[in-house]
This record gives sequence, C-alpha cells and structure tokens, in this order.
Amino acid sequence: MPGLEDLYREIILDHYRNPRNRGELPTPPAVRVEGFNPLCGDEIVVFLDVADDRVQDLRIGGQGCSISQSSASMMSAAVKGKTVAEARATIRAFKSLMSIHEQRLDGADDDGAGAGAGGPSVPEPEVKLGDLEALQGVVRFPVRIKCATLSWNTLAQGLDEAQETSATPS
Amino acid sequence: MALDVELVKKDFPILDQLVHGHRIVYLDSASSSQKPAAVLDAMQQLYETTYANVHRGVYSIAEESTRLYEEARTKVAAFLGAASTREVIFTKNVTEAINLVAYSWGRSNLGPGDAVLLTEMEHHANLVPWLQLKAERGIELRYLGVDGDGQLILDDLEQLVAGVKLVGLTLVSNVLGTLNPVAEVARVAHAAGALVLVDGAQYTPHFTTRVAELGCDFYGFTAHKMLGPTGIGCLWARESLLEAMPIFLGGGEMIRDVRLDGFTANELPWKFEAGTPPIAEAVGLGAAIDYLLAVGMADVRAHEIELTRYAMESLHERHGDDIRIFGPPDAEKRGGVLSFAYKDIHPHDISQVLDEVGVCVRAGHHCAKPLMRRLGVGATARASLYLYNDEADVDALSSALTSADRLFS
Repeated sequence: MPGLEDLYREIILDHYRNPRNRGELPTPPAVRVEGFNPLCGDEIVVFLDVADDRVQDLRIGGQGCSISQSSASMMSAAVKGKTVAEARATIRAFKSLMSIHEQRLDGADDDGAGAGAGGPSVPEPEVKLGDLEALQGVVRFPVRIKCATLSWNTLAQGLDEAQETSATPS
Repeated sequence: MALDVELVKKDFPILDQLVHGHRIVYLDSASSSQKPAAVLDAMQQLYETTYANVHRGVYSIAEESTRLYEEARTKVAAFLGAASTREVIFTKNVTEAINLVAYSWGRSNLGPGDAVLLTEMEHHANLVPWLQLKAERGIELRYLGVDGDGQLILDDLEQLVAGVKLVGLTLVSNVLGTLNPVAEVARVAHAAGALVLVDGAQYTPHFTTRVAELGCDFYGFTAHKMLGPTGIGCLWARESLLEAMPIFLGGGEMIRDVRLDGFTANELPWKFEAGTPPIAEAVGLGAAIDYLLAVGMADVRAHEIELTRYAMESLHERHGDDIRIFGPPDAEKRGGVLSFAYKDIHPHDISQVLDEVGVCVRAGHHCAKPLMRRLGVGATARASLYLYNDEADVDALSSALTSADRLFS
C-alpha cells in the first residue's frame, strides 16, 4: 500500500511552501485562463504571455491543495522561456506520467520492457521532466491525479487561446 | 439508558478492520453511513429465500417478496409518523424525491414570475432542480441568508415569503450541522399560502422524525445515511397533494391501464413508482429502521449531542486558534456534522494525512458550493459522527491533525 512519503516528497512540499511564479500579468498582452476541479472546488488561474512563439512569462494564481499548487509551481518553472512546441511536449510528457493508472485499467501493456511498476509507460522523447518526476507518486493516489493535472490542462487551454489571439489579425 | 458504543460497533462488520495498519475510524457518516449486520443479513436473506419481482407474480415467493416490500413501506410510514402508507413514495434518494416534486408539482404549479424561497445552506439537490425551473420557466428564486454562526437569518422571513408558492429548506445542514427551525418557518410560510418542502437527509438518521409536528408538506430522506443500503430513499407528502399531482416517471408499475391511445395512472403510492423498484433495498431500509428503533432514536440523538460537545471542546482545547469549526457552537442546536478549517492546510491534504492513520473524513465543497462561497472557503474538511463513533474516534482525529501540521508547516 502506498505511503504518504510517496505522495508528499520533499521537493513537492518545497514548491508548496515557496511557490514559484506566483502572481498576475497584465492582460493583454497576457491571456488569463481559469481551471476548476469540480470535485474539490480548487481553482487555478494561469496568466500566460506568449510572443514570438515562446512562453515569455507566466504567473500562477488561485487556490488549492499541496499537490495542485506544487504541480502548478513546478510547471511554471518548467515551461517559462520554452517555445510553445516545447511547452506542449512537456504537457504531453507530464500527462503521460499521470496516466499510468488509467492505462493499466485499460489493460494496455508497456511492451513488457523498460518502464517498470510506477514508471512512465509512454515516455515522451526529448523531454526531461526533472523535478516534475517527483509527482509520479501521485498516480498511486488516483483521486489526486486531477489535482496534479489541473494546472497543466489550464496551461494547454491558455496556449490555445494565446495562439488563437496571435493568429487573429488586429 | 445510554447507548453502548462498544456493543454497537460490534454490529458493524466494516469497523472491524485495519486501514494502513490502524483501526478504522469512520467519520464520514453524513456522506454515507456504514451498515450493521442486521441490514446486510436481511437483504441476503431475501435474495437467498424469497426474492422475486413485486406486485406481479401469484406464486408464493413473489407474494412474500411483495409482502416484505410493502412491510418496509409500513415501517417507513410509522418511522415518519405518516398518516398512511399512501403518503410514502419510494425514490432512489432525496435528490430524486426533490426532483419528483420539482417535475410533478413544480411544473404544474409554477410559471413565469412565481417565486420559490430556498436558503443559502442548501445542498445542490435542493438548488439545481429549482435552478432548472428558473432557466426553463422563468420562476423567481429567493434565498434566506446564513449568519456568522451558521444560523438562518429569519428577520426578513415575512417579507421574503410574501407571494412565494414553495419554501424549500434543509432541516440539518450537511456542512454546518445547523438544526433549522423548520416548524417556525413552516408556520410563517403556510400563513403566506406557501407549501413547505423539507430535506431531511441529515435529520432522519439522528432524530425522531414526526412530519406532522414539522408542519411540512413534502419531506425527503435517504436510507444510506441511516444504516440502510444505497439506491432507496423516500418522498413523504400529504395525500391530498400527491393525489392532485401529475405522474413523474412513466412505465410499468405506475399504471392501472395502458391502451395504445393513453393510460390511466395507478393509485397512491405506486402512481409515482415506475419500473421494478429497489426491492432488497426496501427490505434493507426496513431492517435499518428496526435497528435504529431497537437502539432508540432518543438515545441516538443524546449520544450525538454528547459526542459533538466532546469533539468541539477537545478539538478547541488541543488545537486552540489553529482550528475553526463552522456552524453553531452549541451541540444541542446542531447535528454531529463538524466542518472545519485547520491552520491553512488544504482539506484534501488533511484528509490524505488522516487516511494514513485510518481516519476517514470528507474533504471538499460537500455539494454546497453557494454556501462555501458564503463562508469564504473553497472547501472544508468535515468529520461527521454517528452512533458507532466514540471519544476514541474523536481523539484519533485530533492527534492526526497534529501530524498534518508537522508535515505541512
């Protein structure tokens, strides 16, 4: 049975106690997107400044549990300064890290090699998750996966909106 | 005679196990209660000996199954102090009971501009069906507010109720534990010509329910919060109201005759029970009522008051200003529902850390988002007490909070 130490790793608690990139950005030029977890009432606000196809800056607002807040904080550190394509690849890699449980339920095999129990079954090539891998323990607590992915889904929505905005001639 | 919790605990098989190596401490009965062996056995016995569909077969086990199903209705009628079994409609839960009223009575009595008065502390089950009517029919919704102690603000009741056709309110708040003065509200509502619908989900499991004394017109409760199975609840309403109301769901069982060009509805109470009903669940509910009556509802409530008082005092004593318990401070004026904030630790994290030592509490908005906004929080942790809880359970919660503090501070 998974223990609390699998969930609350030190790096997660550090990001929870000292969240990075907390705050707001002026809109425009930034876009502001909100994400809600209807199960627990958590909400996250992502301010995203995308220019020249790159995440120039982002800030995180809202409130939530240690998992949702630390995940958002780590996410902000991971994608700030990255190109939109790199940010999207990071989102895919992170969500794949979070989807191990679902894949097992689907009966999908991870080719019998490589990633063992608890490891990412579909590694996204070229993406180094670094600190974010500390959140891997969350998949052993299925109810909490939505906490960890809330900010990432919100970021994905923000990237879509930012790209739509820049694609629209003003 | 005081309730013997040690004996009661032995009746609940699920409580005799370890979670993460710790004795399970179940403090989430406001969400759903655990079931005594008597309920499980009654359902198992039905399935193993006399199960068949009801109101159909003429063979002996079908007759026995029908008899047991209707006997459960008789037990419910007595448990509520109903005038007749014709007033007792089996539903899936309170949500369905309220939806039945909103669809059947609401859609034949409410039109544009008609007003319904609710409260800010309602469960979504007593909000959304009326919000649907607002969107669909343009009815007006008014709300009784909640004060800092979690009590309904009744100062403006007479003005708010003027011209209202229905007042809908919960008897005990599933978040604050507040015991609302329903009889008083009902008197004012009736004087203004309004009907009164009461959500009894958190009341009937813990109190002696007498619908006549409450003075309501519609009353809903659910079995799974009072030691019974999921999938069955009840709408009680005055017979004259039910007679006048159009049918809700259509299908088998609820008809007297069906032709290709029309149908005639069945008589009460079957008029509102379409399709094969939850038969074993009704039997389980009957067994739960028998169990509660054997313990004694007065003792169930007395135990709740005593343990709620102990919980509030001991939590405050140990944690001081670090804990904020929402709702009325007086145990006599509330149910055993304790929503709390602890330091600035998120309820999800509290609940997760408590689980590590076998303590089960709910974390979230408790299906009462408007009330959460009113309290200025996104979510709360909630411990709720029932007849199988004791001081040791409260102490386990209290100690576990200290562990949460160590982890997150």
